Amino acid sequence: MRLSQIKDILDATVLWGEEHLDLEVLSACGSDFMSDVLAFVKNQALLLTGLVNPQVVRTADMVDMKCIIFVRGKVPGADILALAQTRGIVVMTSPKRMYEACGLLYTNGLRGNCDGDN
Amino acid sequence: METIKLVYPVEGGDLIEAGEASSQMKLTLKKLGLPQDVIRRASICMYEGEINMVIHADGGEATVEVDMDQIVIRMTDHGPGIPDVEQAMKEGFSTAGPAARELGFGAGMGLPNMKRYSDELHVETQLGKGTTVTVRIRIPQ
Repeated sequence: MRLSQIKDILDATVLWGEEHLDLEVLSACGSDFMSDVLAFVKNQALLLTGLVNPQVVRTADMVDMKCIIFVRGKVPGADILALAQTRGIVVMTSPKRMYEACGLLYTNGLRGNCDGDN
Repeated sequence: METIKLVYPVEGGDLIEAGEASSQMKLTLKKLGLPQDVIRRASICMYEGEINMVIHADGGEATVEVDMDQIVIRMTDHGPGIPDVEQAMKEGFSTAGPAARELGFGAGMGLPNMKRYSDELHVETQLGKGTTVTVRIRIPQ
């Protein structure tokens, strides 16, 4: 699913990386526990989280995620956006709650495909 | 390829900034042209180890040795040591405090994740002296 579609489905605002919205992601992970995210490894993945701090970006970077979406309308500070920019990770914010955001993406075809579940 | 040795000091105390050593290592491994999967596994192990060193031991040092066949990451701290390694290896067990939890860590997945993504994990620990965690990641030929 392209990031541009995800943006529309989640009624999201792009905070960094507008020019990368044609990137495609193949799976997604929703969590506020960064170690749970690290247990999840897939190529071309998306992270949904309600946690806002620089470690969210570092964690996403370690597992090569393409995009981070902050749920519940949370907006990260300039330091977090700058870090994401250096790592080339698209950042969005969505007014949806975590449960709803995950459900909307799932029903539209973006699955978890989580290795950690295997 | 000759063995390449990299040394990264890990600053203690600042959990918000932790992870810089792992980022630097990841960039270097990319420059060496290693497979993405290998880089990712090494990065996760190093990052979990780095976070552990900052949470539990006021920092330490990581050395990374890369050759044709493998990456060996050795993370050494002079913290309190791990009283029960078997317990620490269990998913969900954690002694991390609220500051770590606020940042999304302390879920008891650090060492288990390092085990999950490495081919070999070795923990040497001495109470009151410190801990050395060594992970080995094979590079498929």
